[in-house]
Amino acid sequence: MPIPDPAPGEPLAQQDEPARPMWRLVPQILLRNKLAVAGLGVVVFFVLFCFIGPLLYHSNQELANLRTADLPPGSPGFPLGTDDVGYDELGRLMIGGQSALEVGLAAAAIATVFGSLWGAVAGYLGGWVDVIMMRIVDTLLATPGLFLVLLLASIITPTEGLLILVIAFSSWLGPARLVRGETLSLRTRDYVQAVRMMGGGNRRTILRHILPNAIGVIVVNTTFQIADAVLTLAALSFLGFGIPPPHADWGGMLSKGTDFTANDYWWMIVWPGLCIVLIVVAFNFLGDALQDAFEVRLRK
Amino acid sequence: MTGYLIRRILQSVLVVVLASFVTFLLTDLLPGGPARAILGPRATEQQIQEFSHANGYDRPIPVQYGIWINNILHGDLGYSVKLNQSVGALIADRLPKTMVLMVISIAVALVVAVPLGIYQARRRDTLGDYAVTSLSFLLYAMPGFLVALLLVLVFSTGLGWFSPTAPQTGDVGQILAQGNALVLPVATLALITIATFSRYVRSSVMENLTQEYVRTALANGAGDGRVMVVHVLRNAMIPIATLLGLSLPSLVAGAAITESVFNYPGMGYTFIGEAEVRDYPVVLGIALVVSVATVVGSLLADIAYATLDPRVKYG
Repeated sequence: MPIPDPAPGEPLAQQDEPARPMWRLVPQILLRNKLAVAGLGVVVFFVLFCFIGPLLYHSNQELANLRTADLPPGSPGFPLGTDDVGYDELGRLMIGGQSALEVGLAAAAIATVFGSLWGAVAGYLGGWVDVIMMRIVDTLLATPGLFLVLLLASIITPTEGLLILVIAFSSWLGPARLVRGETLSLRTRDYVQAVRMMGGGNRRTILRHILPNAIGVIVVNTTFQIADAVLTLAALSFLGFGIPPPHADWGGMLSKGTDFTANDYWWMIVWPGLCIVLIVVAFNFLGDALQDAFEVRLRK
Repeated sequence: MTGYLIRRILQSVLVVVLASFVTFLLTDLLPGGPARAILGPRATEQQIQEFSHANGYDRPIPVQYGIWINNILHGDLGYSVKLNQSVGALIADRLPKTMVLMVISIAVALVVAVPLGIYQARRRDTLGDYAVTSLSFLLYAMPGFLVALLLVLVFSTGLGWFSPTAPQTGDVGQILAQGNALVLPVATLALITIATFSRYVRSSVMENLTQEYVRTALANGAGDGRVMVVHVLRNAMIPIATLLGLSLPSLVAGAAITESVFNYPGMGYTFIGEAEVRDYPVVLGIALVVSVATVVGSLLADIAYATLDPRVKYG
């Protein structure tokens, strides 16, 4: 039955609740999730710890001092102990965290942007363009990630920038597949058809309509990418393919710690390991919570 | 179904060919090429050029690739100068060791993860479920080598129960005889795999427990146990079957990092070691074997899924 026109001056008979914009709804739901708050707190803590920390807590990370080597935590002047050449562990954790965060965020950002564009183009254009683009993705997926990364890392001499590219290169495949899937379902939506009927070109449709509507999937994936990038960097550094010393790196610290497990110098392993686990768990919590937040919005 | 299979197989072959070409290209990026890698940094330019010419390294890439593929089809995977062995012999030596480690680890993981997942599904949202989920989450976030290191620290250095290095030498029989040294590597791999598997089993069993056929079976008088084993598990195991198919590449590639930490001479350990010294024939050979295993694995996983779940129809 058609809704009768309201008399002048009367409010409309039916009014939906005004739709709250996504960027207000999502943080609200996020903050209600205690794990997400904890995760966010951990991330903020580490950003401060790694970048502001060294400004407040000075430690010598360049000159080796064998007299202060291998000291356990609690030794005077070295709250978390020292490593085998005398560097203070606490200071090293701070500086090591810088590369973990920088590489993690940068690699995830690059992988996500590149992968999302790739997936959106492939999914939207379809046809043989899609087939070729996705076969390339499958080809790269055919080599287990670590092998690909190791292959690349063994060819180049690692600097931070190159490592970011190497890690991004092996991780853009995930977002590509994900966004392609989203695009396949999004392109059947009415508003996409409307844009095309109005004469919108492919580029405009993809950039201004498809991608912004896939943002939920993209953002969730990015947080998990950051966690994976941190783990990959740690693995690379552990195997010796990271940035060479005296650069500090959590993976490199673990690598050193391996040599001393028999001596029971547990602090060389536990502190960097704890940092890696905390950061990865924090980003995973954030990702899970974001997933829930975006889903609730879709359900509404 | 047959049409789908044939198409998938053809696509898989294409993917393997492409993957091998990409790998081949990557190893050619090193300045100086394979000649420099073999002759070392002190060789003169003259020697490099002579060596390159004599071994065909100065031919165009597609030609080199063609020669490599041709050799492979004749059973020759190349020769490792650094290790003084043919790549084929090297792989034949390392592959069984990796497979022993991986098969035992996955078997242990299955034996633990399936009951654990069922327990979590039946007692969902209880303290036990939360505890196991948190533990899985934690394990998931730890890099493999960290798990390995912590295990070594606690059980080897601390308690002295197990050896910190895996069995080094000998064939499979001798390796299995040194069970004590296999415990920690297997434990490392199994723990990480259990974290993934148990989550899948948990969600899969939970999903199946809400299905109507469970209600029907219970209404027909079947006991809890029978319902679980005969009905629910058969359906819940389908994703596990696909997971197993997808772990085929790991059977071949091994867990490179775990093998490195425990000094276990398997495929992964060899790959890392030879990649470090730029021993390209070995790196290419192993990468090829791993690619084939990955593609075969995902193909088997798809077939398993389509066979076990009659609801799935492939065009």
